[in-house]
Amino acid sequence: MILVFCELKDGKLRKPSAEALSEGRRLADASGSKVGALFVGASTAGAADATKYGADVILTCEAAHLASYSSDAFATAIADAVKSKSATVLLGGATAMGKDALPRVAARLGAGYSGDVTGLSMVEGKLQALRPVYAGKAFATTSFSSEVQVATTRPNVFEAVEKPGAGVMESLPAPAGDFKAIVKEILAKGTGKPDLTEANVIVSGGRGMKNGENFAILEELADALGGVVGASRAAVDAGWGLSHGMQVGQTGKVVSPTLYIACGISGAIQHLAGMSGSKYIVAINKDPEAPIFKLASYGIVGDLFEVVPELTKAAKALGIGAHH
Amino acid sequence: MKILVALKQVPDTETKIKLSADGRSIDPTDVKWITSPYDEYALEEALRLKESKGAEVTVVSLGGDSVKDVLRNALALGADHAVLLKSDASDPLAIASALAAFAKDKGFDLIMAGNKGIGGDNASVGPMIAELLGIAQANVVVKLEIGEGTFRAEREIEGGTEMVEGSLPAVITAQKGLNEPRYASLKGIMGAKKKTIEELDGAAPAGVTSVLNMVMPPARPEGRKLMGDAAQQAADLFSALKDEAKIF
Ligand SMILES: Cc1cc2nc3c(=O)[nH]c(=O)nc-3n(C[C@@H](O)[C@H](O)[C@H](O)COP(=O)(O)OP(=O)(O)OC[C@H]3O[C@@H](n4cnc5c(N)ncnc54)[C@H](O)[C@@H]3O)c2cc1C
Ligand SMILES: Cc1cc2nc3c(=O)[nH]c(=O)nc-3n(C[C@H](O)[C@H](O)[C@H](O)COP(=O)(O)OP(=O)(O)OC[C@H]3O[C@@H](n4cnc5c(N)ncnc54)[C@H](O)[C@@H]3O)c2cc1C
Repeated sequence: MILVFCELKDGKLRKPSAEALSEGRRLADASGSKVGALFVGASTAGAADATKYGADVILTCEAAHLASYSSDAFATAIADAVKSKSATVLLGGATAMGKDALPRVAARLGAGYSGDVTGLSMVEGKLQALRPVYAGKAFATTSFSSEVQVATTRPNVFEAVEKPGAGVMESLPAPAGDFKAIVKEILAKGTGKPDLTEANVIVSGGRGMKNGENFAILEELADALGGVVGASRAAVDAGWGLSHGMQVGQTGKVVSPTLYIACGISGAIQHLAGMSGSKYIVAINKDPEAPIFKLASYGIVGDLFEVVPELTKAAKALGIGAHH
Repeated sequence: MKILVALKQVPDTETKIKLSADGRSIDPTDVKWITSPYDEYALEEALRLKESKGAEVTVVSLGGDSVKDVLRNALALGADHAVLLKSDASDPLAIASALAAFAKDKGFDLIMAGNKGIGGDNASVGPMIAELLGIAQANVVVKLEIGEGTFRAEREIEGGTEMVEGSLPAVITAQKGLNEPRYASLKGIMGAKKKTIEELDGAAPAGVTSVLNMVMPPARPEGRKLMGDAAQQAADLFSALKDEAKIF
């Protein structure tokens, strides 16, 4: 069995989980295997969503003491599910939770682990993972020699394909409630906007923005496009009040949106490492020689303070954000 | 308190990666090696705990003779002991196993690591060490408070942060924002030259993954510049995104 660790948000299957599940389905079809979707928490209402993306079996591990995330408790629940179903492949989205729990599960099971993969295949019954290394400056194909093989899939890379499965529900026993660590509170509630790593459209600003207040024009453009705002390290470190979570690059977030709009960003190698996986790149820079233009699908040489408001106007006129 | 910091030596982030002839690794010629940037935050946090609460800080790195540079630098910054685990292991679980075997039974209250190492980028060695030692973990941490046998760690999640509370010993992996790493003083650098680096056999188990091949990223299709004034450029961009890229 190919087991996929799935996450719910507000009772709905998260997109990175749907993507991992779809990829699990594809691998299972290629290797004549079954797909199990695993849900862990105090309530797993909404787990039936997994049927849509091809789950043959939906495994739920439900207990009141699993209401908050705990790495060791969740790792136990996941590892036990792998064992009880004799799963040979374990997948999950490369989300905050997936990246926290799955390496721990891999160590418990003596399994090989590949993080943040962008491609998967089954070769002679064994998993192979394609993944960016050196922050995307190169790609490596990893093979596994362990019986169980664990990988997390990078959000926004694999397509979530609706392909109904049998979706047979089965509940699993929950681990005991004595945890070494547990999440006590969520400090900054999401704004309702997707995280940079999951966003379809990213509008990023660099040192060329001049100050933090000016990021308001990027917010407006992002809103008009249904996107989110990112930043270069120079902007984050400038003391403009931008959060570290906004940084894109080798020491920030590695992103792969459909559209990345870089405003006043020169294109340093560490920045490019974080966003060169974007499908379309638009660069706005007043310096025609800026290295960012080498990567740009569409380059706009000009003053961003003139160009960005025009883009917002054009986007609003087309009603683009409405489609997202 | 006893703190262990795991340091990984990686190519400088400026490095233009070239592949070596075997097609499975990078060409090390002209590569400048540094301490993985996230590991610098891990070390800095350990040094700050040493200063505020009193702690003995041991740094450990697994690799060949060259990683002594990373260890020497950590001694210059204020680490008390440095250990080189000699090994050519490259699989995350093998590396974590060797580091966990070293840490076991030595009474470390805290094991600090980077949330990911530049290069492998698996972000897995920290949580694997925690599991192998059967202790708590908090990853991608931007704020850390240590209490009496307990910790509170703020870690980055989608669109915000969450507060993890747990018991020590624990593995904490550092994220940018945790602190601002210091520079070595001349006195520190001179002092580090006199300190010894303990060398041990890394004794890593066989790996469970291996790299079959490495390739450069696919070349991006040729782009083009949009002409005219800002309004014209905006109009052209959206028609291109619609008609050529078929995005909207
Ligand atoms: C020739 C070659 C072959 C490779 N083969 C493989 C392979 O087969 N499979 C594979 O997955 N990767 C392979 N890699 C990449 C590999 O060496 C990675 O370094 C390894 O996977 C673990 O590092 P990471 O960056 O992924 O660790 P992460 O999990 O991202 O590292 C997190 C943290 O763990 C600590 N840490 C990691 N490594 C060390 C260390 N050596 N010493 C001390 N602390 C450390 C650091 O604090 C680091 O910040 C290869 C690299 C080379 C050059
Ligand atoms: C270890 C390490 C890790 C790093 N990690 C990262 C990382 O993860 N992410 C990252 O981004 N960087 C990273 N960096 C920093 C990186 O090297 C660059 O310094 C940084 O990316 C530069 O940011 P920038 O492009 O915003 O600024 P600059 O390079 O200063 O570029 C500003 C650009 O704005 C343009 N501009 C100015 N005014 C206007 C205007 N009115 N209209 C249009 N264009 C204008 C200029 O022509 C210029 O090209 C790292 C560096 C190191 C050493």
